[in-house]
Amino acid sequence: MRGELIWIFASACLINNFTLTYFLGLCPFFGVTGRLATALRLGLANIFVMTITAGAAWLLERFVLPWVPYLRLISFILVIASTVQFVEMLIRKTSPALFRALGIYLPLITTNCAILGLALFATNRGYGLLASVIYALGAGVGLLLALVLMASLREEAALAPVPRLVRGTALSFFVAGILSLAFMGFAGLFHGVVE
Amino acid sequence: MSGPVRESAWREFAKGWWRENPVFIAVLGLCPALAVTASLRNALVMSGATAFVLIGASLVVSALRHVVPRQVRISVYIVVIATLVTAVDFALAAWMPVAHRELGAFIALIVVNCLILGRQEAFASKNRPVLALADAAGMAGGFALSLCMIGAVRELLGNGRVLGLRVLPAAYEPWAVMILPPGGFFALGLLLTVFAWLRERAEQRRRAEQARVAAAARSGGGAP
Repeated sequence: MRGELIWIFASACLINNFTLTYFLGLCPFFGVTGRLATALRLGLANIFVMTITAGAAWLLERFVLPWVPYLRLISFILVIASTVQFVEMLIRKTSPALFRALGIYLPLITTNCAILGLALFATNRGYGLLASVIYALGAGVGLLLALVLMASLREEAALAPVPRLVRGTALSFFVAGILSLAFMGFAGLFHGVVE
Repeated sequence: MSGPVRESAWREFAKGWWRENPVFIAVLGLCPALAVTASLRNALVMSGATAFVLIGASLVVSALRHVVPRQVRISVYIVVIATLVTAVDFALAAWMPVAHRELGAFIALIVVNCLILGRQEAFASKNRPVLALADAAGMAGGFALSLCMIGAVRELLGNGRVLGLRVLPAAYEPWAVMILPPGGFFALGLLLTVFAWLRERAEQRRRAEQARVAAAARSGGGAP
């Protein structure tokens, strides 16, 4: 059981990294990774929202959705929107400085497809409550990792002598592609342990 | 329809295809643009589903624009979009089960495609249904165009085929990486670089033309 949970965590975090192999959460991935500090904070807020969403999605899937399957998407997105609203109020009360630093990207977590994707994947796979939360933590840490790596690379690349044509967005895509290639290397991780 | 309305509707329709292309210029809706474009067929299905949701949501939001209170507008948009996506999801599951299985959760994830919410907030909520329809159709067209371009590049380089038909000779060694996740990033980066190069060439040609005209005017300046 514990081995399985570790496997779920590592798989969501590294092998099936949400951003780099599922292409989820690309907007903040390209939007806020101009500066390392902002990327780090947004990643942390993401982990929080994802964990709560995973728990709530499990509750909904178990106790509500068997009777109204067509409300699945709407109920998930409402849970996410309310959680984001809650986190927003919490951060504004506890740390106004962080609130200002995150700016528009805080409410935009609502339309971060990684969060809705997480709720859908976790319920599609029929994870229990604990497994769902572990899965959310893994995915959140993976997202944070991708954001931080990308921000560090872009801070370096901003100073590098790069051909004028690929400067800007195109360069970010090439950097992301190389990162994604590197993460494919994790595919063999734990191979012997599971099979 | 009166002349000016038809004219501006045409303008709203035309801008989405290229000049304000959602993927290549505004860099919106990237998640589906990269996730489902390993083959051209999936890109086409995804484009159709997104177009349906975008056009339907724009019409509804535009028709309700005087009714919805400002404070809850985003929630209303999301609920409208989620309802349409649920319909598409069930329809595809019934009529195109293979494509539905391959696209998986990405059909449901149309809900959080920032392109759709962005058009509601930026355009449909402020304009009459005719213009909103034109804008949504143009943006959906631009989205489909960019998805198909990315899908075609990835399938061609990664497989030597387009839509399952062999295009490159059998001796061509496929770049398997283009079908894998990193290929999505590389294909989009490649396309953006090519566009930047084309734009720069057009700009250079325009500047050379201007310089030639200016030089001709100067040398001809002494003549009466």
